[in-house]
Amino acid sequence: MNNSVKERIKSIVGKPNFTDSREDLLCYSYDGTALLHHLPEAVIFPENEEQVSLIMKLANEELFNVVPRGSGTGLSGGSIPVENSLVVVMTKWNKILEIDARNLTVTVQPGVITGKLQSEVEKTGLFYPPDPGSLNVCTIGGNVANNAGGLRGLKYGVTKNYVLGAEMILPDGELLKTGGKNMKDVAGYNLRDFIVGSEGTLGIITKIILKLIPIPAKSITILAYFDKLTDSAQAVSDIIAAHITPCMMEFLDNTTINCVEDYTNIGLPRSSEALLLIEVDGRGSIVEDDAETIKNILYKNNASSIKTASSVEEAVMLKTARRSAFSALARKRPTTILEDATVPRSELPVMIEKVTHAAHLFDVIFGNFGHAGDGNLHPTCLTDERDNKEIEKAHKAFDFIFNEAVKLGGTITGEHGTGLAKKQFLEKVAGVPGLEMMKKIKCAIDENNILNPGKIFTITPRCEGTLPFRREQIKKFQ
Amino acid sequence: MTKNLDKLLQTLPDDDVLSQCIHCGMCLATCPTYELTKLERSSPRGRIRLINAVAKGELHITCTFAYEMNFCLDCEACETACPAGVKYGSMVQASRSVIAQAGHETLLKKIIKKIIFSHLLLYPERFRATARLLYFYQNSKIRKIIHSSKITAKYFGYLIELDKLAPPVSKVFGNAMIPEIIKSQKESKYKTAILTGCLMDVMFADVNLDTVEVLKKLDCEVIKPGNQFCCGSLPGHNGDFLTAKELAKRNIDAFEKYDYDYLISNSSGCGAFMKEYKYLLKDELLYTEKAEIFSNKVKDIMEFIAEKFPHVAYNNYNETITYHDACHLVHSQKIYNEPRRIINSINELQLIELEEANWCCGSAGIYNIIHYTDSMKLLERKMNHIRDTKAKIVLAGNHGCIAQLRYGASKFEVNIEVQHPVTLIKNTLHNL
Repeated sequence: MNNSVKERIKSIVGKPNFTDSREDLLCYSYDGTALLHHLPEAVIFPENEEQVSLIMKLANEELFNVVPRGSGTGLSGGSIPVENSLVVVMTKWNKILEIDARNLTVTVQPGVITGKLQSEVEKTGLFYPPDPGSLNVCTIGGNVANNAGGLRGLKYGVTKNYVLGAEMILPDGELLKTGGKNMKDVAGYNLRDFIVGSEGTLGIITKIILKLIPIPAKSITILAYFDKLTDSAQAVSDIIAAHITPCMMEFLDNTTINCVEDYTNIGLPRSSEALLLIEVDGRGSIVEDDAETIKNILYKNNASSIKTASSVEEAVMLKTARRSAFSALARKRPTTILEDATVPRSELPVMIEKVTHAAHLFDVIFGNFGHAGDGNLHPTCLTDERDNKEIEKAHKAFDFIFNEAVKLGGTITGEHGTGLAKKQFLEKVAGVPGLEMMKKIKCAIDENNILNPGKIFTITPRCEGTLPFRREQIKKFQ
Repeated sequence: MTKNLDKLLQTLPDDDVLSQCIHCGMCLATCPTYELTKLERSSPRGRIRLINAVAKGELHITCTFAYEMNFCLDCEACETACPAGVKYGSMVQASRSVIAQAGHETLLKKIIKKIIFSHLLLYPERFRATARLLYFYQNSKIRKIIHSSKITAKYFGYLIELDKLAPPVSKVFGNAMIPEIIKSQKESKYKTAILTGCLMDVMFADVNLDTVEVLKKLDCEVIKPGNQFCCGSLPGHNGDFLTAKELAKRNIDAFEKYDYDYLISNSSGCGAFMKEYKYLLKDELLYTEKAEIFSNKVKDIMEFIAEKFPHVAYNNYNETITYHDACHLVHSQKIYNEPRRIINSINELQLIELEEANWCCGSAGIYNIIHYTDSMKLLERKMNHIRDTKAKIVLAGNHGCIAQLRYGASKFEVNIEVQHPVTLIKNTLHNL
């Protein structure tokens, strides 16, 4: 990007909203993803839709890349800059525009922090359930772009279940408005759901209308410890099979328990092989009945200890401890590669076994935790990026895990997105026709491939790339 | 190894500190400076990235780098928030030392460091004499004239604000009033030593006296080693490790001569720093072991009471109260429950939890002098929360916070009394 282009960008957003100082470039070269980073050419903080639109038009003219970014807590590299790119930071768009108590909706700008949104709507007795681990930091725009999940996904679903409408600036600079406050809307293609999970490759989201629900009247939080990993997994399957839907059912293995305990000091049993954190919520006596049934199932599956949180504070403390799991694992080794392979819930016990097996097979350390009720695991490799050999082993282990997940009818990512980190595995789940359709959509909307290119997939003709020189390198046409 | 990495490592606890951050971003929500600018480089995660860039030779020590490192309050809220246990505070302090060596400091900071750190803190007599002069000024008519004059307000507004910010110097200093050894009347439960401190001694003599009074009521022997110095936290937190180390060594020497169980601190900054002497002096062979012993004996007064005298009785006290967590208590020393436990054991006293209680008030050592405007933004936020509690008294376990909150109460017109918790304890504690 040459200086004249930078000057033109500056004239669009204004000097104070533009930076290309080395310090800032370094600070916007990463997100929450391990191992990946790249310096952008410049960073801007646009103030309104018009500026974003003009930037898109300029990008098409001057052919530089545009990478949207929220708080940068993503775990698939979705907001990491690429070559010749301009980072568009949306954190200053942090206004809650309207809480509509009659229609049970909230209209927000994309830079609103998810946790802040939740506490604001809760003041009016309403509830926005999706709660990714980073909810106190991450932005709602990022949540929508990645279709973020969270602890409560089991009963309440994920971000896509709450997006009613959105506005976004398309790569050609036009403003797309889709959806609204209607509970039903089948006019044309469902573009709204199409925006959700597009990972910033189809447009920059500028406004979101979200559905809210009444806040659950009460909840019971149960904590159970197990001496055997498989018992805990079986308990999860049994609870699902008993037709109970807790609002969360979280699993932590021994390594994770120890790291979380190191951080929180709340008295988790360090010798337990596994822990389940289960919460049921709702109205009336059903909550107690469900809790009782769950406890019975836990007993039957040899839980060594079962506790019920005695207060709201204790329940919050336990959930906060669970949310720290990923980062707490970094206490063991300096690099933590976190993935989110997901399988159909009935296959969870098998998948947990496979992760343990992968750790042995490739001689790497894994911490395993996740949203057991969703079949959404977070196998986390504890390694050191300075050790190339170990990183190579970690990659092999993940390759193995992803293959196993797909074999079980699962997917390579449940809630973090494909981004840069998992694009090489996408074909395994999406299949060639699926992947080709995605690419065609991208090409149709973003003619010059200027918006967040190289994320999810790389747009290149199939014959392009380095020439294969060994037989096994030749990709079969399926 | 680059030259800067070498310099950083001299003051860091170990090499792994630099590579521990996994940039997950959990710290962002708790960082007051990130809240002010919303810029990644003003966040702990961003600063760590910059420090690493300097260490790896990807970035020179630039003005922006120096600014960001000094813009940081060093409140260490991010360390509490960090599940990975990254030692952010030590990284920023090390970077400040590197910045100072490279000469990239603001003139104001250079002047303060030169005059106060090098010429006053190392010489308690000079320090007290300066405080004495300030006392005369504070109680003179000249001050009143200066403060009421429109001309001075116009041209020296900043200096006048600083003047108002400075707490009043005590008439008699704590050091002069507290004898070397106070034996307990009954059999002494613990032998406690106290650090009278630099600012605590001359500006908060009353808090020091209250501390002694409380220890006496608890049947503890009180020892005040004669030849003691400032703890060194001010220079240490601002990257002047030479002065800090020198002060640490002198204090270790001074206290070594006495037989005591615990060193009781009533100022969170001092307590936190003295607990870190063992890391500060890790490379000083003669002092490694001594520093370890010294640090392990340090306890904050509230930590000490909550731990050793959990069932002590208090008189009833019918009042509404709120508690501000001093950064170096809650974040550096992880003392959060202890003061609340003590307050809650006082009958009839109603504790109203303060919103964002563990957010920095903006005092942060000499931060409110060097970054006055930013500091005031944080103070205003804090004072608004304090006003919302409608409490009569706010407690703060650090002299910096007390001075800042008192200034804030008058500046933002909040009707609140600012007290050190030890004063409350003294007023309500039963004799054993």
